[in-house]
Amino acid sequence: MHPALQGLLTIAIGVSGCVGYFYLSNQFLDKVLFPARGPNAGRNINRANMIRPWLFLFPALAALGLYLAYPVVETLRLSLTDRVPGGGYEWVGLENYIQMANEPKFWEAMRNNMFWLIIVPAMSTALGLLVAQLTDRIRWGNIAKSLIFMPMAISFVGASVIWKLVYDTRPAEQDQIGMLNALYIFFGGTEPQTWLTIPFWNSFFLMVVLIWIQTGFAMVILSAALRGIPEETVEAAILDGANPFQIFFRIKVPQIKTTILVVWTTITITVLKVFDIVFAMTNGQWETQVLANYMYDKLFRANDWGVGSASAMVIMLLVTPILIWNVRNARKEME
Amino acid sequence: MSDIAGTKPALRWVVHASVIFLVVLWVVPTLGLLISSFRTADQIATSGWWKSLFPSEQNLTLRSTAPDTQVLENGVYVIEGNLFDAGTTATISQWGVSSRAVDAFVPGDTAELRRGGTITVDAQGNYRMENSEEFTGSRGARVFVTAELPPEFTLANYHKVLLAEDSSDSMGRAFFNTLTVTIPATIIPILVAAFAAYALAWMDFPGRALLIAAVVGLLVVPLQLALIPLLKFHLNIGIGKGYLGVWMAHTGFGMPLAIYLLRNYMAGLPRDLIENARVDGATEFQIFTKLILPLSFPALASFAIFQFLWTWNDLLVAKVFLIDASGQTTVMTNQIVELLGTRGGNWEILATAAFVSIAVPLIVFFAMQKYLVRGLLAGSVK
Repeated sequence: MHPALQGLLTIAIGVSGCVGYFYLSNQFLDKVLFPARGPNAGRNINRANMIRPWLFLFPALAALGLYLAYPVVETLRLSLTDRVPGGGYEWVGLENYIQMANEPKFWEAMRNNMFWLIIVPAMSTALGLLVAQLTDRIRWGNIAKSLIFMPMAISFVGASVIWKLVYDTRPAEQDQIGMLNALYIFFGGTEPQTWLTIPFWNSFFLMVVLIWIQTGFAMVILSAALRGIPEETVEAAILDGANPFQIFFRIKVPQIKTTILVVWTTITITVLKVFDIVFAMTNGQWETQVLANYMYDKLFRANDWGVGSASAMVIMLLVTPILIWNVRNARKEME
Repeated sequence: MSDIAGTKPALRWVVHASVIFLVVLWVVPTLGLLISSFRTADQIATSGWWKSLFPSEQNLTLRSTAPDTQVLENGVYVIEGNLFDAGTTATISQWGVSSRAVDAFVPGDTAELRRGGTITVDAQGNYRMENSEEFTGSRGARVFVTAELPPEFTLANYHKVLLAEDSSDSMGRAFFNTLTVTIPATIIPILVAAFAAYALAWMDFPGRALLIAAVVGLLVVPLQLALIPLLKFHLNIGIGKGYLGVWMAHTGFGMPLAIYLLRNYMAGLPRDLIENARVDGATEFQIFTKLILPLSFPALASFAIFQFLWTWNDLLVAKVFLIDASGQTTVMTNQIVELLGTRGGNWEILATAAFVSIAVPLIVFFAMQKYLVRGLLAGSVK
C-alpha cells in the first residue's frame, strides 16, 4: 500500500479509534456497569465518577509509561548487562561503565558537553535578554523579534547545512565562498582556515549553530517577562536618577530572575540532547564528540548496547537535577 | 515612563543600530543558503553568494559552434555566432584564445587561431571566424573571456532536486515520506492528550497531583534512553521499523508536553462554566467534547505547531524507528545528512535540498507565530 494512503488510513483509524474508545467506554460505564437508575442509582453514579478519570487517562498513561517511563528502567538494566552472542543477556555489573570510563572518546565527549552546557545556555539567554530589552521600545521591534525567532522553525539538520556554507573553505588561490573565511581574508587573514577541523575551537563553531537557534526562544520568553514588570518600579528608579543601565541590571533583571532560570534550564536540557548538529557537521571527528552522538555511535555503529545504554544513563543523570527542580516547582505552584 | 530613559537621542540610535546589526547577523546565514539554491554549481563554486546580487566579473571558457555550421562567403569559410547562451547580456573586457594568455586581446581585436584561421570577438560576445580553408574537427574553437555578467538565477536546482529520476538526489519522495510521518504523529497525540489533560484539570481523583508531577518529570527525560528499549519492543511485537513504529514513538514522546500544555490551559478555564454544565446534567464526555475542546483551541493549536515542527525536523527518531536498509522510507532530514556525506561539495544540491525541507516549517512558523509564542510561554515550566 502507498505510504500516503497508509498515513491517511492511520489518521482515520487512529482518530476514530480514540473517539470510539472514549465514547464507548463512557457509554459502557454509564449504561451497563453502573447505570444511574434503579435502587443503587446514587451509589452507581459515585462509582462511575471514581472510574471515569482513569478511562480518560488510560491511553495517555499507557503511552507515557511505555515510551518514557519503562525505557528509563530498561536502559538502566541494559547498561548493567551485555549481549551474549546467540541471544540473551548476561549480568556484568558496572563493567560497561568501567569500559566507558577507560575510553578517551568518552572523556572527550564529557569535556565538550561541559563546554556546551556552560556556553550555549549562557550565550543564548544573554543574547535573548539583550534582544528582548533592545526591541522592547522600538516600533519595528516585532519584525526584528520575528526574524531572530525564525531559526526556531529550522531543523538542526537544515541549520547545519546553513552554517556549513558559512564555514566553507576554498583553496587559498580561489575566491572564498564561505562567509567566515571571506571575512577572515578581508580583515587581513592570510590562509583560509578549515574552521571545523581545528580541535578545541571547532566545538565553539558548532555551538554557534545552537545559540543561533535558541536565542529566539530565550528572547520570546524573556520579552514577555520584561513586559510583565510593574511600571512603578521602573518609574521610581527613573525619579531616583537611575541611568538606563542601572534600570536594566538593578531593577529589571532581578525581577525576572526566575524566568531567566527557567530559560536557562530549558536550554540546558536541549543542549544535553543535542545530536543532529554534531552528527551532520562533523560526526564527532576532530575532537568534537558529544555524549548524545557518542551514544548513537555505540548503539548503532559499534552495536554495543551495554556501553551505549551506560552513556544514555549518564545523560539521564545529568538531567536529573533539573527534573527534580522542575517537579518541585510545579508542585509548589499547584498548592 | 521608561520612554523617558530612552529619549536620549544618542542612546536611541545605538539601540536601533544594534538591533539592525543583530537582525542582519541572524538572517544572513539563511539568506546565503537561499540565494545559493538559485545559483548554478559553477557560480557557487567560483564566487561568494553575496557577490551574486551584483554584476560580477568572471573568467569563463566558452566555445564557438562546431565547424559543421560554417558557411562559404566569397571564397572564405565563416562561422558566426554569439559565445554566450541566448538571453545572457554580458560585457567582455578581455579575451584570448590560449589558456596561457586569457587576456591577450580586447573586444574588436582579431586573433590567429592555432588550428588555422582568425577570430574576431566584440564586447557583446559576437564572434566571426574566418578561414581560407575549411574548418575541421568536431568541436568549436575555445575562447577565454573576462566578462562582466549580470546577476543570474536559475530554478534548475529545484527542478533537479524535486523531480530527478535518480533516487539518490531526489527529495520528492523524502518530502512525501516526511509528510506521511508528520501528520498522524501530530493529530493522534493531541486527541489522546486532550482527554488526559481534561481529567487532570477538572476531575477529582486520588493521585492526581502525583500524576501531574510525573508528567512534569517526564517532560525532560531524554528520548535517547528510549531508543534501544523501544526498538527491541517494536521488533518483539512484530511492527519492526516502519511508519507505524515512528507514529507510535512520536505519540509517546510528544505526550508529556501535550498533556502539560493542555492541562495548564484547561485548568485556567472558568470554573463556573464547567460546574453549570454539570448541574444542567451534561455528562463529562459531553462537557469535554462540546465545551472544553472548542474553548481550548488556542492551546491545541500551540501544541499542534510544536509537534509538527518537531516531527518534521526530527532526525534521530526517524533514523531509529523508521528508516530501514532499503532506504525507501527515508525522510528529508536524513536525506540531507546523506547528501552532506556523498555530495559535500555540491552546494547547489545541498542548498536546494535543505531549503525544500526548511520551507514548510518556515511557512507554518510565519503563519502561526502567534500560537507558537503562546505555547512557548505556557510550556516553559514556571
